[in-house]
Amino acid sequence: MDFFLQLLVNGISLGLLYALSALGFVMIFKSSSVLNLAHGELLAIGAFLFLVFSTWARLPIILAFGLTLVGTFALGFVVERLFLRPLIGENLIEVIMMTLGLGIMFRGLLLFIFGGDIHSYPDFLPKSLTIQWGAVQIPSVNVATFIIGILFLVIFGFFFKYSSQGIYMRSVADNQPAALSLGVHVRRVFALSWAIAFIVAAMSGIVLGIINGINVHELSAIGLKVFPVVILGGLDSIGGAILGGIIIGLIETFTGGYFSTALKEIIPYIVLIFILMVKPYGLFGLVEIERV
Amino acid sequence: MRKLRFHPCGNFKETYEEELAIFETDFGRLWMLIGIVLLFGVIPFVSSPYILYVLNIIGIYSIAAVGLNILTGYTGQISLGHGAFFGVGAYTAAILASKAHSPFLLSLLAAGVMTAAVGFIFGLPSSRLKHLYLLIATLAGQFIMEYVFVNWESMTGGAEGIVVMGASLFGLDLGNDRTFYFVIFAFLVLMIWIAVNLKRTRYGRAFIAIRDNDRAAEGMGIPIFRYKLLSFAISSFYAGLAGALFAYFTMSITPEPFNLWLSIEFIAMIIIGGLGSIPGSIFGTAFIVILNELLSHVTEYLMNVGASEGMAITIAPLREFVFGLAIVLFIIYEPKGIAEVWRVVRSSFRLWPFSY
Repeated sequence: MDFFLQLLVNGISLGLLYALSALGFVMIFKSSSVLNLAHGELLAIGAFLFLVFSTWARLPIILAFGLTLVGTFALGFVVERLFLRPLIGENLIEVIMMTLGLGIMFRGLLLFIFGGDIHSYPDFLPKSLTIQWGAVQIPSVNVATFIIGILFLVIFGFFFKYSSQGIYMRSVADNQPAALSLGVHVRRVFALSWAIAFIVAAMSGIVLGIINGINVHELSAIGLKVFPVVILGGLDSIGGAILGGIIIGLIETFTGGYFSTALKEIIPYIVLIFILMVKPYGLFGLVEIERV
Repeated sequence: MRKLRFHPCGNFKETYEEELAIFETDFGRLWMLIGIVLLFGVIPFVSSPYILYVLNIIGIYSIAAVGLNILTGYTGQISLGHGAFFGVGAYTAAILASKAHSPFLLSLLAAGVMTAAVGFIFGLPSSRLKHLYLLIATLAGQFIMEYVFVNWESMTGGAEGIVVMGASLFGLDLGNDRTFYFVIFAFLVLMIWIAVNLKRTRYGRAFIAIRDNDRAAEGMGIPIFRYKLLSFAISSFYAGLAGALFAYFTMSITPEPFNLWLSIEFIAMIIIGGLGSIPGSIFGTAFIVILNELLSHVTEYLMNVGASEGMAITIAPLREFVFGLAIVLFIIYEPKGIAEVWRVVRSSFRLWPFSY
């Protein structure tokens, strides 16, 4: 029973990590309907920027965190301006290829600068966040992950539903030419959504870095694990990303615990194929109805 | 004898047959003949073994790249699992050759059919959906196939892989690079011939209609689910055939080469070469293979210098960086790839000196 409970807790914490890393992905998809193949590298950029500020420059944690957010926000604007702005109005497939190219480029650059080793942050989270519940212990990092996840859910839920920028973003995602002709400033929407996605990815990257250590290969692999999560939850649903993350995390941990560790790595992808077959738009995704 | 055809004054077509023609002029035919004579009569006899090896690799990857271009360039779907499908072909051929001692041509064909079937299974759930769900399903396929290669030890030999006996065709030993060169490029020419003609059939036209506007295509009565699936199966067949050639060429296969990186390389090949262009697939493949060889030479050179061994290790990630940069630059500045550059260069020669 203890084994089961521990697996349950591990699964939920892993799932929260997946959920957190899926948020930035859903942001991009919701605002421009682009499948961002560079997501893992965005996580890594945020994590490494925080490493530079906190460990190498030895700034106070709060200041380093703030600088990372500002830095990634600016970087999001720059990347959008340089690489994605020229593709406005082009086919979606080219934008997706572009994210693939950007991802490889960033990974090469990060490997060149920081190498393939695992780096780690100093321990800074308050111990009071740790929850002890019988024999099961939930570390403070996971509690922090949970709080951040819920916070995102609320903030972005309201952002997309009520703010004018959020509505612009949804309109651009739905139909870019129509949005352009109705006077939506598509370029600004693009810039803003990539900048926000960079920030969200940076926060997720930092949390991932605290838990697993910061390693380019691992973070970019997590960027691909996002796909089963968002397919399960629904590609454009933030709540779905969180629930999907937790479910995938649980399935993965239980498979690892009761069956085999090799199978654990690919079980999310098997689930993905299965979901595409039975419920292609996921739990909370918007079902596209189209008549010809 | 009919009249020789040259470029007309201006760009116009008088009949539908002219629109469908592969060669606009008889010069095109002549150049193709010269090309084939060079390819089979001259190049294999003058190149050094190393060049021949590189050419063989280019030939094998080109077949797979042409297949991917049918899927991505014609039909507008992305596959992130092409590397694994290449692997399925390689393993099928290797298992048939080592366990069942099947003849060369039969195992090539079986590998292609097997891979098309596997592709069909992974394409099934995603093809009925709009948006690029195929990309996601093939990404899953990539990881699942990799797992099967490593873990189905009784068939695939696990991490140690399989040793493939040298192939023989019509009593001829295909063990060395030069004889195998002829086999590879004969298949390449055959597969290119099929791909070029596919574009002119109702299937190819349906693929292109789906790429340009799937809603309009459906409105015109094209069953897009069936055609998307067909396109994916054809593209997988190409990958499988190329994989089988690869297995016979390298004579031993392990799971490592068929990873996600290979899939990304295939995508890079067709983006850099030119989406929807058959010559482009070959240009792109040549570009990537030669870039790979150059970068590994640079690393090796730096290793040998000794003092800069540390530098060689730091320079290795630059390979990924250069790859990514090439993709990004081509998408921004020349979205139609090397094929378009080639066309511009050619037509500026043709129109000289009045190139307006």
